[in-house]
Amino acid sequence: MIPEFPDLGLLHFLNDPSVRSALWIGTMAAMLNGVIGVFAILRSQAFAGHALGDISSAGGAAAVFTGISALWGFLGMAWLAALVLSALGLKRAGERDLVTGVVLGGGLGISALFLYLDATGSSYSGAAVSIMFGSLFGIPGSMVLPVILSAMAGLLLVLLCYHPLLLVAADPDLARVMGVPAAFLETLYLLLLGLAAAISALTVGAILATALLLGPAGAAIHLARHPAQAFLYAAGIAFFCVVAGIYLAYESFYWFDGMAWPVSFFVVVLVLLSYLLAAAGSRIGIRQGRQTPAGATR
Amino acid sequence: MSSLISSSVGEEQNMLLLLEVAGLQVQIAGRSVLEDLDFRLDRGQFCALIGENGAGKTTLLRAILGLQPVRQGSIRIQGKPASELRGQIGYVPQKIAFDPNLPLRTRDLVELGLKGNRFGFRGFFGNTRSAVAAALAAVDGEGFADQRIGRLSGGQQQRAVIAHALVRRPPLLLLDEPLANLDFRSTNTLVQMLGRLVREEKITVLVTAHDMNPLLPFLDRLIYLAHGRAAVGDVDTVVQDGVLSHLYGYPVTVLRHQGRILVLPEDPRQGMETACPAHREAEHGEPGP
Ligand SMILES: Nc1ncnc2c1ncn2[C@@H]1O[C@H](COP(=O)(O)OP(=O)(O)O)[C@@H](O)[C@H]1O
Ligand SMILES: [Mg+2]
Repeated sequence: MIPEFPDLGLLHFLNDPSVRSALWIGTMAAMLNGVIGVFAILRSQAFAGHALGDISSAGGAAAVFTGISALWGFLGMAWLAALVLSALGLKRAGERDLVTGVVLGGGLGISALFLYLDATGSSYSGAAVSIMFGSLFGIPGSMVLPVILSAMAGLLLVLLCYHPLLLVAADPDLARVMGVPAAFLETLYLLLLGLAAAISALTVGAILATALLLGPAGAAIHLARHPAQAFLYAAGIAFFCVVAGIYLAYESFYWFDGMAWPVSFFVVVLVLLSYLLAAAGSRIGIRQGRQTPAGATR
Repeated sequence: MSSLISSSVGEEQNMLLLLEVAGLQVQIAGRSVLEDLDFRLDRGQFCALIGENGAGKTTLLRAILGLQPVRQGSIRIQGKPASELRGQIGYVPQKIAFDPNLPLRTRDLVELGLKGNRFGFRGFFGNTRSAVAAALAAVDGEGFADQRIGRLSGGQQQRAVIAHALVRRPPLLLLDEPLANLDFRSTNTLVQMLGRLVREEKITVLVTAHDMNPLLPFLDRLIYLAHGRAAVGDVDTVVQDGVLSHLYGYPVTVLRHQGRILVLPEDPRQGMETACPAHREAEHGEPGP
């Protein structure tokens, strides 16, 4: 995990197997979360996205306890929560946030239990930190293929349902009138949100998963002028943050005398910076009259 | 009230028949909202659905769209059950309020009127540019085609949704209270635009309203809804003391003044809301010309 030949620079960075796994998993997490995050914001379901990430920690903790791989733990719990939210089928935003909060509380309770069991019963003491805050360089190479396949499947599903998902996000009433199966799409979307949250949790940790899901997407929505642009920008920004974050974490080993700082920290800082830059940029754009000011109408 | 129309439709007119509602009954939460509704609309007619708040106007539109379960009766469009035409009817809901931050231009929303129900990769192919341009032109929306939908004025958002509905060339366009939040000038612009659509595109437009007056110059047909029943016909046939008194179940008086119509309960204690012609204060005006 820790580089042994510091002098070879970038080439050595790319040759390190744990870096390569991290880059693959990070790239997949970035693309899926960028795209799904845009939908989450369009649908005003940022909170649900955040909650699924947090709740997945229970699955991660259970995975450590039972010895299965972390991805399936995160995913299983995120999907369970997604199905609960979808079964409740809540329409009004206020009610949805309330119930999401209640489900989140329950999920974190389960998480607390398994983290306790992990801490008391297992020999692996770093479980809590790595579940909550990620350990991208510590993911076994065997996880790379499942992550690539499931992220690609998720992106393919988004492509297949792109226009209906967009219309439901813009206005569910108009979608229903056009015969779009809104309830089916709602469930599908929540499962995709769960998948994105789980892969994000694997990458930057369950607590920080929300940063990768919402940050790049929020930045992209500030900058984009139409939907396709929003999705491309979000995936691009997320990709940049993850790859640059991995590189900086790797390099930080030399800055701090062999005490590399966590990848998640760098990724999340870069996400925050991109969001702030994009928000400032869109403000300036509005002031220069490139877009209609929001206050002109209502 | 079906007697008002059933006699007027001859065999030769069936070619023109667009919408046929027969014996329609709708219950919501165990309460009867529409009871035994019968009427027909022809192709290329401008129709108003008039009734007080809670009369069941939205419920009827939702039933025509297949969104409202029907207890009894049938709704046929172009001879087919309405359920088969789901997705082909144009609808402009009453509440239109897009998020200002939605990265969706007016032209994107209009394009979704064609692609919004396309699954698979079909949505990514096929040129919709000319259809979108035509729909935007029909609502005079070229000026805000590239602006974010949520940052338009209320009236412009409404026109954007009309273009979204028009782009798939529906035989029938339903608008729910489109005049409710418009000022006097925007009301006239919109009603004239709808009149032009009826004439030029030969589509049938059905507009709900609680005040029929702004629509009067254009109306081919009026459906007056009260107590779950309807009187149907042209304006002069329906808006009469006798017909409306029968519908309401108590005496009402129809006053006509300078081409405007006022429906009043004879006994003010009936507390019926009148079809008041007063200009309501506009909630959102339209900036610019
Ligand atoms: N979801 C609902 N639950 C209970 N009652 C409803 C519901 N929707 C409509 N109604 C009732 O149905 C009647 C007709 O409503 P609506 O069609 O919205 O009237 P309008 O559009 O003419 O104002 C009203 O009395 C209303 O209270
Ligand atoms: Mg209504």
